[in-house]
Amino acid sequence: MKNIINVALIGNPNVGKTSVFNALTGLNHKIGNYPGITVDKISGDAKLSNDVLAKVIDLPGTYSINASSLDEKIVLDLLFNPQHKEYPDVVVVVADIENLKRNLLLFTQIKELGIPSVLAINMADRMTEKGISLDVKQLEEKLNTKVVLISAKKKQGIEELKAAIIDFRNYSTEPSVNATAAASEFFGKLALTYPTEPIYKLWMIYSQDLEIGSINKSSIEEKGIQLSESEVKRLQQKKTIKRYQFINDLLKEVYKKDIKAATDLLSKADRILTHKVWGYVIFFAIMLLVFQAIFTWSSIPMDWIDGLFGSLSTWIHEVMEPGKLTELIADGIIPGIGGIMPFIPQIAILFMFIAILEETGYMSRVVFLMDRLMRPFGLSGKSVVPLISGNACAIPAIMSARNIENPKERLLTILVTPFTTCSARIPVYIILIALVIPDTKLFGVIGLQGLTLTLFYLLGFLAALVGAWILKFFIRSEKKSYFVIEMPNYRMPIFKNVVSTMYEKTKAFVIGAGKIIFFLSIIIWFLGAHGPGEKYENAEEIVTEQYKGQSVSEKELEDHIAGYKLENSYIGIIGKSIEPVIKPLGYDWKIGIAVISSFVAREVFVGTLATIYNVGSSGEEDEDGTIKQRMSAEVWPDTKEKVFTLASGLSLMVFYAFAMQCTSTVAITRRETKSWKWTIFQLIFMTAFAYLAAMLTFQFLK
Amino acid sequence: MNTTLDLLEKNTKGIIADYDMQKVPLKLLEMGCLPGNEVVLLEVAPLGDPIYLYVNDTHLSIRKELAKEILVNVE
Repeated sequence: MKNIINVALIGNPNVGKTSVFNALTGLNHKIGNYPGITVDKISGDAKLSNDVLAKVIDLPGTYSINASSLDEKIVLDLLFNPQHKEYPDVVVVVADIENLKRNLLLFTQIKELGIPSVLAINMADRMTEKGISLDVKQLEEKLNTKVVLISAKKKQGIEELKAAIIDFRNYSTEPSVNATAAASEFFGKLALTYPTEPIYKLWMIYSQDLEIGSINKSSIEEKGIQLSESEVKRLQQKKTIKRYQFINDLLKEVYKKDIKAATDLLSKADRILTHKVWGYVIFFAIMLLVFQAIFTWSSIPMDWIDGLFGSLSTWIHEVMEPGKLTELIADGIIPGIGGIMPFIPQIAILFMFIAILEETGYMSRVVFLMDRLMRPFGLSGKSVVPLISGNACAIPAIMSARNIENPKERLLTILVTPFTTCSARIPVYIILIALVIPDTKLFGVIGLQGLTLTLFYLLGFLAALVGAWILKFFIRSEKKSYFVIEMPNYRMPIFKNVVSTMYEKTKAFVIGAGKIIFFLSIIIWFLGAHGPGEKYENAEEIVTEQYKGQSVSEKELEDHIAGYKLENSYIGIIGKSIEPVIKPLGYDWKIGIAVISSFVAREVFVGTLATIYNVGSSGEEDEDGTIKQRMSAEVWPDTKEKVFTLASGLSLMVFYAFAMQCTSTVAITRRETKSWKWTIFQLIFMTAFAYLAAMLTFQFLK
Repeated sequence: MNTTLDLLEKNTKGIIADYDMQKVPLKLLEMGCLPGNEVVLLEVAPLGDPIYLYVNDTHLSIRKELAKEILVNVE
């Protein structure tokens, strides 16, 4: 007997499928209230009994197995190919007791695949409350399948579901409804093309232009099947109508629902949340609350983490033997990593809010409210989700653009999402604002520094909109746009799911960014602490010679030596060679180094400056205080004017607002667009835009 | 009386009569927008578009350009 069973879990979005998955496997993953949030194929092991183990795959939520979106294609690849190593022995279709009619459409499709299927009806605990009654016995008979009532949230019916999975060999593999009867002549002919294959599979390959094994659309056409596109659509419609006829007749017999009780809360809540005025007021109030929370809640842990890394550096200097290794750790790695760590609380809080908004079902209402506003820019209401998520990190944001069906709207969203103010820009903004914007209050109440930060958030959002508006003229639309979204029931977010989403996304961000910063800070420290030729080697003698006879203190002389060394180090040479290009923007060669190294990731900017200025002060304990104080003391060697002025500071911020300074985003754009052309286009478009805007800012304010 | 779905007034019902399959995505059908089904227009977004429907036990939102393609019977 086979003791490992392959199980595929499938269901409409918002039926609590991921909660069922968690209940089966014990693995912690999130449920999504937004179509297609379960982006990757997630799997886990479930112990069904003492000697039976199930490998469960949690497939992305889908309304049908017609491949109208990318996520749904993932589903098809698995379900149609018996050679696939994860081809399921049994499919569990998760349905929601309140949306049984629509959920059963997917079930009847799955049932046609010839794979044993179990129908798990979730949220059964709500039946009394919602005035629903269901004749399970009769439903099983009519659907020709096994039906289990469960409540994943309350852990009810899970053991029954496990037992039902173990029993999979006893279930019929016949369809519950013969949808091919809608056009029996055609489907009869189709069946003859590959007599051993299920008709439904052949039909899907033909109508969706798929390729599974050696069968594809043209190989079927070669065997004498010819349909125009409109005939294909008409058949799809006929089959869908046939299925719904069956489902409606069935539900009339087995399902009773008191509609008033069922839709009351939803319609009451929607009357306010999608209201002409209150809808927007509430949306903007929520956004304001989110961003307020990000800044106020995170300030205490931020200071705490910041202080920790500062004292860590000092402590290393105290306890370790002076030498290259100590310098590497205390002046290279720790300041580099410490530059990004304080931003963890902000990132975590933003991810938490996005998870809550999605889980409650509110995000779909935002899509509804914003669609008309986004359309003039070539975007859709669905672009709002990536654009909001982009304020945390462009990487998950670009991935969430997957559920935009229209290819043009999707591409535009991907191209402009990196303009929104991701959390990696926050360290750059905060240090520059502190440096060049006076800490005063406008009209005695509005802090000028906070206002500047807010304006930069707005600038990022506007840049995304304007960018989309410009780019929409350059992108051809191949498919007609359509917009069909479900407005799911409102639900209380499940605390465990929110926390685990927050944790997973933050962890991915920190580890992803941390790895890059770790290696870069080693490289930058090395390039800054070493140099070619005699100038670097003999820095001490040369500088001492220069200042001979002048009255300089030992400390000043040391600083001059350190400065001379940095200038003649490898990194100094690189920075100096690009100075002509960045001088019109108001940057010196040290900033140039930071800009170049932060192409990998924006937050590296601060870490690099910290490393550079630490090297510059010969690594001794800081009498000059923080990086900020050192930066503000920087002067141009020829004019002795300050390097960081209002003009150069804002120019840098503008540059970071627009430039594509993130290799991870470049990689994700490539993966999601499957096109180097658009990836490179985005990179050049953003960098050129940033360069020009920064130059204008500097030249205008200078 | 025959009209198109986009012209339905708020909180009124209609029965879906017909539409041109070429202009309506499969997903809408699968959501249950099929001839013979009752549809209620629940809400219109603040700027007049999209619209918010109840059909086939499902709450969904579509744009007016799509709603225009769908003929409905109103009593």
